[in-house]
Amino acid sequence: MNLDKRGVFLLALLPLLWISWLAFHNTLGANPVERVIHFTGLWTLYFLLITLSITPLRRLLGWNALLRIRRMLGLFAFFYGTLHLLSYAGIDQWFTWQAIIHDIVKHPYILIGVSGYVLMLPLALTSNAWAVSKLKARWKQLHRLAYVVPALGVLHFAWLVKKDMNEPLLYGALLLVLLALRLPLFSQWRFSR
Amino acid sequence: MRKSPLPSEITPQAIYLERRKILAQMGLGLAGALGAGAAPSALASTGQKLTGYQSTAYGHDEKLTTYDNITTYNNFYEFGTDKEDPASHAGSLKTRPWTLTFEGALKRPRQMGVDDLMRLFPLEERIYRMRCVEAWSMVIPWVGFPLQKLIQWAEPTAQAKYVEFVSLADPAQMPGLRRAVLDWPYTEGLRMDEAQHPLTLMAVGLYGEILPNQNGAPLRLVVPWKYGFKGIKSIVKIRFRDTMPVTSWMKANSAEYGFYSNVNPAVDHPRWSQATERRIGGGLFEARRKTLPFNGYAEEVASLYNGMDLKKYF
Repeated sequence: MNLDKRGVFLLALLPLLWISWLAFHNTLGANPVERVIHFTGLWTLYFLLITLSITPLRRLLGWNALLRIRRMLGLFAFFYGTLHLLSYAGIDQWFTWQAIIHDIVKHPYILIGVSGYVLMLPLALTSNAWAVSKLKARWKQLHRLAYVVPALGVLHFAWLVKKDMNEPLLYGALLLVLLALRLPLFSQWRFSR
Repeated sequence: MRKSPLPSEITPQAIYLERRKILAQMGLGLAGALGAGAAPSALASTGQKLTGYQSTAYGHDEKLTTYDNITTYNNFYEFGTDKEDPASHAGSLKTRPWTLTFEGALKRPRQMGVDDLMRLFPLEERIYRMRCVEAWSMVIPWVGFPLQKLIQWAEPTAQAKYVEFVSLADPAQMPGLRRAVLDWPYTEGLRMDEAQHPLTLMAVGLYGEILPNQNGAPLRLVVPWKYGFKGIKSIVKIRFRDTMPVTSWMKANSAEYGFYSNVNPAVDHPRWSQATERRIGGGLFEARRKTLPFNGYAEEVASLYNGMDLKKYF
């Protein structure tokens, strides 16, 4: 089966189009800043999880074409993560560095979130073919950070929730499944053939 | 009593416009295209008008939060934990007939229907700031009567040192109760002097209308110098006691939620800052504002806490 990269690219832009549409029509709800921050944060996590699901899905379904979109999906996680960080630092904190640094130092969930973003940076920077050929085996080692970043994302989410943990627990469970599917115990599983 | 906002609460128009210009130049887009005000009302108010209430001078210089925002952005976990849940699900709450039970350290226990209570005490409108522990705030025109008057009427004995409030907990009317998010029924409490403070209000209305269900109909507590969760909703029981009640949020996490829960920018929530707040209705490009000690009511209430270490008694 063929996979149209351009189609996936446009699909991945839909969340951004949706939130921009809401913003233009002034229909972001009572707390638009919170809405934008939560929305971009959630989509960062979604794209991290979607990216992690590619390898097991390819194996389970025997659909090799999936590999062609993995890098793009990972970069979209970085893209939405950047929007998330910018909306926190910009529209929420007005780039008042004093407040932001205080937040990072004093509030672990901010520190965890920022750490997750910082760990995405080398992955985004080395996502090109040149870096793959240059780094060789080390590239694969480096990109194991893709397992760590979503864990930080889930923790970041769980830590800020006031009381109802259902949603972060759901994403945490999904992440555990995606990681477990990589264990030797499950690595022989196939759906097709 | 201070009835106008501190000058620091109001962002001067010029600064505000300048900030928007800066944002636009930073290329965050949208800035120019977006108004900061609320969208035109999509939600027609359906409430029944309240009549014969007195207007008061409280908070008249404040810009009111819109009816839409006050009634669609709520924390009322009995109807779900999302802010939109109460507006969607509180229709199932039956607010008449509604009986309030008074018990504990009283000359005699009493019961009274909410309509009778509303006839017993003259209603007044009070515009109060409401600061949520989640670091957002609103300005709300409540209609109600001072709790002080209700307490006088209930005739507590000298043993009464605290007032405990209990919300309705009926799973048939409140879908949120299916999950043990909090220890139901929702319970709150005040020290006797806090409860008798003239600012402490029992609200039965909003914007001159009967209180919408999602805002705690038919009767709720409003303590403007404390975090919003102290304002217990849909009250069915008031108990006078000689010991400090343990509230639902204290049970949920005593390290994060204390009995007093006075608005205090100097004491952070263990997980987030309380130094600033976001005023609801300010739009996408309005800056946070500084949170004031006791939510700006320090002049009226700070003396209640003389000699207390507010970092310890948070």
